[in-house]
Amino acid sequence: MEQIIDIFVRSVFVENMIFAYFLGMCSYLAVSKTVKTASGLGLAVIFVLLITLPVNYLLDRYVLSPGALARINPEWAAVDLGFLSYILFIAVIAAMVQLVEMVVEKFAPALYNNLGIFLPLIAVNCAILGGSLFMQERAYENIWQVLSFALGSGFGWYLAIVSIAAIREKLSYSNIPAPMRGLGIAFIITGLMGIAFMSFMGIQF
Amino acid sequence: MNKRIFLDPLFKNNPVSVLALGICSALAVTVKMEPALVMALSVTLVTGFSGLILSMLRNTIPDRIRIIVQLIVIATLVILVDQVLKAFAYPISKQLSVFVGLIITNCIIMGRIEAFALHNKPFHAFVDGIANGLGYGIILVAVSFFRELFGSGTLMGYSLIPEKWYVSAGGFYENNGLFILPPMALIVVGLIVWVFNARNAKKDKKAWNK
Repeated sequence: MEQIIDIFVRSVFVENMIFAYFLGMCSYLAVSKTVKTASGLGLAVIFVLLITLPVNYLLDRYVLSPGALARINPEWAAVDLGFLSYILFIAVIAAMVQLVEMVVEKFAPALYNNLGIFLPLIAVNCAILGGSLFMQERAYENIWQVLSFALGSGFGWYLAIVSIAAIREKLSYSNIPAPMRGLGIAFIITGLMGIAFMSFMGIQF
Repeated sequence: MNKRIFLDPLFKNNPVSVLALGICSALAVTVKMEPALVMALSVTLVTGFSGLILSMLRNTIPDRIRIIVQLIVIATLVILVDQVLKAFAYPISKQLSVFVGLIITNCIIMGRIEAFALHNKPFHAFVDGIANGLGYGIILVAVSFFRELFGSGTLMGYSLIPEKWYVSAGGFYENNGLFILPPMALIVVGLIVWVFNARNAKKDKKAWNK
């Protein structure tokens, strides 16, 4: 239990997807002009992470990792399908996003109106694939740890995009040198926020 | 025409600084110049060849499933790059860790395929892909140049600051540890964007005055 909380807190603050690894920067910069759309995209990212990470974890553990196929046929104990993980992870993500989009459209039209336009964007969001690859690299022990990692990194991403959107809303009233407007200042503010987030380094339970 | 396809993405329409594409997997690898160069080379090859392949396939792919087809082609190329790096440059491949895999979701690649390769001849698509990869590489190398120089006092692993300048040897100089930390990458890119935009604005004004 302690470990699960530890993983959650670490992935929200210390190993924040945006401030420590810059994952999902493209949509982070493109969709952070107003708080409302930013929080829609943030929620969609949490949602998709929570669905794709456990699926990829099971796939990694029971199909891709070295020797996993011995369960089916003992002769395959030496088979290592690790090199296929990129292509399978991205296929799972693309398929899941498509599936989620259809299910949400059918059963929760109100939610679809809020999240709908962002869902296809998310299939190629680096934060999602990055989450799967980090999950594989860090070798979490069980599915609860993976779920906590998914929720934590999704929430960290949400926090980051909503706060930059709030800052950018205020920024439109300030007097910034012309070549710096838009992209330049967004980068620098993200950098400054990253420095602030570094003060969380070393937190653990 | 060919020259413009090649030169525009390097400076005028640089994918990173002007269009804000492909920043995701870029910044974490810029602490040192060597991994940055390897990363730039890998991305250039993947953008070039994915453009070439998908442009050859452009008339046969049904419109509805094109995203999946694109992702599969890109992922295959990235697996090739990853296996080559693991075989011939293992230390760098370890340093880049998950960021090689993240080339798949690099928005430059998808962006160029959607915007260019699907409507143009294979050779043009190839040139456009290579040029966009190089434009990305320029930014990556520039950022890593400043970060390695100020952060560790070295370039490509060779130290540039004389040993006796350092405080520990009785001198006055100290490496700036802030440059090694992740947030500094963003600030350096912000400043580079500033310079690019200022130059482009000046040129536009000149053209306009003519």
